[in-house]
Amino acid sequence: MRGPLAAGMGFKPQHIEDALHRASPGLWFEVHPENYLAEGGPHPAMLDALAERHPVSLHGVSLSLAAAAPPDPRHLHRLRRLVDRVKPVLVSEHLAWSTWGGAYVPDLLPFPRSHEALARVVENVQRSQDALGRKLSLENPSHYLALEGHDWSETDFLAELVRRSGCGLLLDINNVYVSAHNLGTDARAYLDRFPLRSVTEIHLAGHGVDDGSAGGLLVDSHDAPVAEPVWELYRHVLALVGARPTLIERDGNIPSFDELHEECVRANVLLAEHRMAA
Amino acid sequence: MSGLASFQRNFAGALFDEASAFAPAGHPAFAVYRNTVMRASLDALEGNFPAVVCLVGRDWFRAAAAIHVAEDPPRDARLSTYGEAFPRFLAGFEPASGLPYLADVARLDRLWSESLHAADATPLGTQHLAALAPQALAGMRLRLHPATRWFASALPARTIWQASRQGKPVDDTLAWDPEYAVVVRVAHDVRVLRAGVVDVALLEACEAGATLGEATLAVAEAHSEARIDLILSGLLQSGAFAKS
Repeated sequence: MRGPLAAGMGFKPQHIEDALHRASPGLWFEVHPENYLAEGGPHPAMLDALAERHPVSLHGVSLSLAAAAPPDPRHLHRLRRLVDRVKPVLVSEHLAWSTWGGAYVPDLLPFPRSHEALARVVENVQRSQDALGRKLSLENPSHYLALEGHDWSETDFLAELVRRSGCGLLLDINNVYVSAHNLGTDARAYLDRFPLRSVTEIHLAGHGVDDGSAGGLLVDSHDAPVAEPVWELYRHVLALVGARPTLIERDGNIPSFDELHEECVRANVLLAEHRMAA
Repeated sequence: MSGLASFQRNFAGALFDEASAFAPAGHPAFAVYRNTVMRASLDALEGNFPAVVCLVGRDWFRAAAAIHVAEDPPRDARLSTYGEAFPRFLAGFEPASGLPYLADVARLDRLWSESLHAADATPLGTQHLAALAPQALAGMRLRLHPATRWFASALPARTIWQASRQGKPVDDTLAWDPEYAVVVRVAHDVRVLRAGVVDVALLEACEAGATLGEATLAVAEAHSEARIDLILSGLLQSGAFAKS
């Protein structure tokens, strides 16, 4: 039997040997399903081997749930086959869009949180949940731009989305930190208003400072260890809501398995404190 | 068009248009989105065309590929499939005209990825045919393994591709003759095999649905000197066909 999920790691193919041979209580792995949706060959086989050994979470980046169009049915169909095969413990996506007119834009793009957008996201989430036979959790985005045209604050938008669609939420604390810095808002105040009871998973990651024309912005680059202020906010969230499965995300400057695992250990210590308190 | 749709049309358009009048694109922070989208697309092409990168260098590759990305952005979230039109782009890309083999090398990179990600299937070996009577054999339709591809170039693009994938310079003795290759996948290992025009003709006939008898007859008429029996058994042993 598998125990409760503790801290997990974003899976990197270069870590496959360590991932297959190591075990620690509560360890799990998360992947972007888009990287494992080939018809055959080594990539799907690697994910199957990983899923046989550890709980796996699928964290999609391309359903484009905030697009003014329904999600691609072919993509949903492939995703459903993957869900049926690897039986993920969690399935999540982003509050963002990434497709337009048949093109796929490899980023998680923002939008005005209008009434129209809410209705569209609710419909797209419901459609996806029906197609996948699973509840989705949606992740709060990183922001760089202050857009016009919002009818909703992000936290109220997410709460209403949960109420109407029955989805869960993935709270990315690094995104909260980066967005608050970039938009000049207060990260703690955002977290205090966040519908925390719907959170099924927490993300922790590192960020960088933009060195280009957008100078001074923090970028959600996932290429560094989790920053201290993000660990601080994590403690704040755990105190409010208790332990939740927590992922250490890393997509650039990938360190050794052990180095990433050290960050899991640090999260596990905090999770254990809040399990005891619960 | 709805407010959300027109916002997305304008936003997506501005990602590849520095002169866009879309108001948020005038903000310096919009560069983060432009950079992220371009970087992810270029990383995908760089990963999918390693022999081309080796031949032209990373900087030249990314500068050329950026033009292609803006003209023909990804259409599938599986970025390992991105670049279907990239060999054709290189063929018409004037600054690459000094490297006439570049587009063919790109084509072989592409076939390699297609083979890697194709569906799994059990290969058909020579032993499966050995048991059949000659009449049954002639009437048989061989099924290509989903990971099998073939390649023909008017230039020695296979040899250049092979050297580039190994990061080695091409031998001085390179003969500037046409080259052929058959790409197969054995378990998870993609192999690019030296081949001839007859291998390609035989595979094309099988793909078109010919029986083994029809395929060998047609190929024998066009290439009377060829040892088709040996070529067929070579293809079978390489794993080019699958059990149906």
